Amino acid sequence: MRRVLQLFLLLVLAWIVVEPLAIVGVESVRRDGAWTLDAVRAFAVEPNEWRAAWNSTWLAALSVITGTMIGVPLALVTRLAGFPGRRVVSALLALPAVLPPLVGVVAFLFLYGESGVFSRGIMALTGSEVAPWRFEGGGAVLLIHATTMYVYPYLLVRAALATFDTSLIEAATALGAGRVRTMRTIVLPLLRPAIGNGALLIALTSLASFSAPYVFGGGFRVLPTQLITTRLNGDVSVAMVETLVLVALALFCLGAATRLGGPGVRGAGKGLAPAPAASRKGWRRSLTAVGVAAITVWLLLPHLALLGVSFVAPGAWTRTALPTAWTGGNYVALIAEPERWRPFGTSLWMAGLAAAAAAVLALLVAVAARDPRHRLSRGLEVALGLPWAVPGTVYAIALATMFSVTQPAAGRFILIGTLWLLPLAYLVRALPIIGRAVVAAIRALDPAYDEAAAALGAGRWRTFRTITLPLLMPALAGATALGFVTGLGDFMTSVILYTYDTRPVSLEILGAIRQGELGIAAAYGVVITLLSTAAFVLAERSRGAA
Amino acid sequence: MSTVALDGVRKQFGDVAVVRDFSLDVADGEIVALLGPSGSGKTTLLRLIAGFEQVDGGRIVLGGDDVTSRPPVARRCGMVFQHYALFPHLDVAGNVGYGLSGERLDRAAMATRIAEVLELVDLSGYERRPVTALSGGQQQRVALARALAPRPRVLLLDEPLSNLDPTLRERTRRELRELVRRIGITTILVTHEQEEAFDIADRIALLHQGRLEQVGTPEELYSMPATQFVAGFIGRSVTLPGEVIRRVGDSLEVAAAGITWRATGAAEAGQAVRLAIRPEALRADPSGTIAGAVVRRRFAGASWFLTVRLDDGAEVEVAATSASPAVGDRITLALAGPGAHAFAHDAPP
Repeated sequence: MRRVLQLFLLLVLAWIVVEPLAIVGVESVRRDGAWTLDAVRAFAVEPNEWRAAWNSTWLAALSVITGTMIGVPLALVTRLAGFPGRRVVSALLALPAVLPPLVGVVAFLFLYGESGVFSRGIMALTGSEVAPWRFEGGGAVLLIHATTMYVYPYLLVRAALATFDTSLIEAATALGAGRVRTMRTIVLPLLRPAIGNGALLIALTSLASFSAPYVFGGGFRVLPTQLITTRLNGDVSVAMVETLVLVALALFCLGAATRLGGPGVRGAGKGLAPAPAASRKGWRRSLTAVGVAAITVWLLLPHLALLGVSFVAPGAWTRTALPTAWTGGNYVALIAEPERWRPFGTSLWMAGLAAAAAAVLALLVAVAARDPRHRLSRGLEVALGLPWAVPGTVYAIALATMFSVTQPAAGRFILIGTLWLLPLAYLVRALPIIGRAVVAAIRALDPAYDEAAAALGAGRWRTFRTITLPLLMPALAGATALGFVTGLGDFMTSVILYTYDTRPVSLEILGAIRQGELGIAAAYGVVITLLSTAAFVLAERSRGAA
Repeated sequence: MSTVALDGVRKQFGDVAVVRDFSLDVADGEIVALLGPSGSGKTTLLRLIAGFEQVDGGRIVLGGDDVTSRPPVARRCGMVFQHYALFPHLDVAGNVGYGLSGERLDRAAMATRIAEVLELVDLSGYERRPVTALSGGQQQRVALARALAPRPRVLLLDEPLSNLDPTLRERTRRELRELVRRIGITTILVTHEQEEAFDIADRIALLHQGRLEQVGTPEELYSMPATQFVAGFIGRSVTLPGEVIRRVGDSLEVAAAGITWRATGAAEAGQAVRLAIRPEALRADPSGTIAGAVVRRRFAGASWFLTVRLDDGAEVEVAATSASPAVGDRITLALAGPGAHAFAHDAPP
């Protein structure tokens, strides 16, 4: 019975997760029904292609360095130092974790962009008619990456510190080690897995990053943006090669991280979390509070700008540093005007359907893969996690390629141009988010619950319905909410796969900006931000409950 | 000269007084056990000595230095944690040598010292082993070696045996006692197990709700309990209400359950007391004058403990060396040796 379920699920995952990627691999070396390395050659001789690959690489490297340098110290300070406002600041700093990339990018636009708050402020001060800078190119993208991706090491190091055995720190102190030595020889080495995983997440996110280079790149091309251009130019096979190079880079990072991270050090994961130690000197405490607050404000300033712009009346922010009129009308317009509501409604049903389907699939996989020692379990897990490691742009192109012909024997149907391709893409993207959480949750359940239910005469189905499912519910609900908002704010798969009927809210945001409707664009962004935050809070709660 | 002197130490967590006005002197080379039920403040006291917690009042003097306001780094206490807190990413030598860095030893001297302490705990040659690959007993010894390596003024042990399985615990306890005695280091040990405290310590400080109930040798605590709590916590006893008849020399004559007992304690004639009676205060005796019925029998290896309901309804315990009598049998008892302790003002435990 379990074996049948496992094989069935493997088949399903092979179909929607593995096959699209495999087709991309094949298409890159085929043209007109024959095997050829033309596309590979075309890639290899084109300097622009190499430049994009190189840009992606150094951008990822520098994003890792800068993001880690912001995230790790913030995690240490907010966990280990006691200062007023610690809780609020800790929560605020975690926010960018769930903000859809496009919304973050738009927020940067309103703050640092050519016609953003800073730029206009300087123009107003100097009386200049020309913007003082163009916020564009690799530097701008790096700034966005660093100030949004720091959350990965931040959250992971915080989580690691939450289960850090305080007595290790005390033992070092009792043996005469001062603060610096304890940090250097005990705390940081033990946090290495968390820091390493954080760095890996930054590297993968940076490689896949599409919104920031798309909006701010200018002439600065990275692989995901290059991919779109190549595809629009009709060079399908070259686009496939680019896709493969991007996948290879991502897998290289994954491999490097697994090797560098080494086996996670065990033994540090029990005991009581260190209580934040308030410095005995009052001035030091205040200084910490002020310093952390300043960094927090700096990191969240773009989102404040977004919030501000969402209340700007149409046409009230053209030549002045600050808008001349404020209104709540932008929000009213989202609901009241059908053509504004339509993309929102579209995103809601697509993301909702995708998250619900992904949740059912994830739940089935969790049940089938509960025993981690089983070989098929591992296969299911790998398939489930694959869309997490592979950039979203790649998946979009892979799905578009796979579902562009009719070959029922290979599971290929024409979905391109229909309502269903985009929800399917959202489903595939949500799958690892929901699946990993639910698999972890079901494995954390004490098998004795099931055994107790069985001993009391409950059959398999009744045990699942009355015991397993209710216990999994918090994790499932939280993860599904996260999966839902991922689809809701998605830009990088949408921009490739949308049709007239499935035009989602992210494209509407860009459209509004192009037409100068900044207030509307910001209002969309704020609503998505709020929904994402709510989902994040729900997910965190459920994790705490489990 | 006392190595550790605690003088009126107080500690409060929020509204809860965890340690109340606690004073204790530990002599050079002495082994003292802080014994008490969970929540009695013994671990907090140890952490106050080590400096991980700050006292709210009182003084802590180590080796003549007032260290009350000094950080743990400056106190030179060797601490063995309950779960050992071995650094999982360092090997045995890395752990043991960790506290030696302040002494500016060269590599060779460091290695010598590490080898020295490892030999002390019988782990010679284990330098390069990862600590995560050691058994529980070996981890405990590495923790001990690590604490001893910097030659601390005092060794602090927080429930050092609680993490071991029972078969290993007794052997480790013996090894620990011999080791600490051989080095002659002043040691304070926290435990909630009476047997452990009896076996290792020279003196026992019994804590209850943050207060020192009594400090003394195991024998003193057993045969002259200062409070009803001590009588109840150390050894077996049953407690009956009684009344002091008169004082005879050092002891009291107390009437309880229709019997006149010879008891330790401080009370006036006519005063109502609670009388703690140990099993050895009575013996089964066919010619005895105290009659009752056996209501429970508990097998305890070499002997049995019988619970006997006396004719006036009070229940006492007595040891028997044979399998008879059975539950329900009538039996007569006689007073045997000392083992009754009268307490005037104590509330029931």
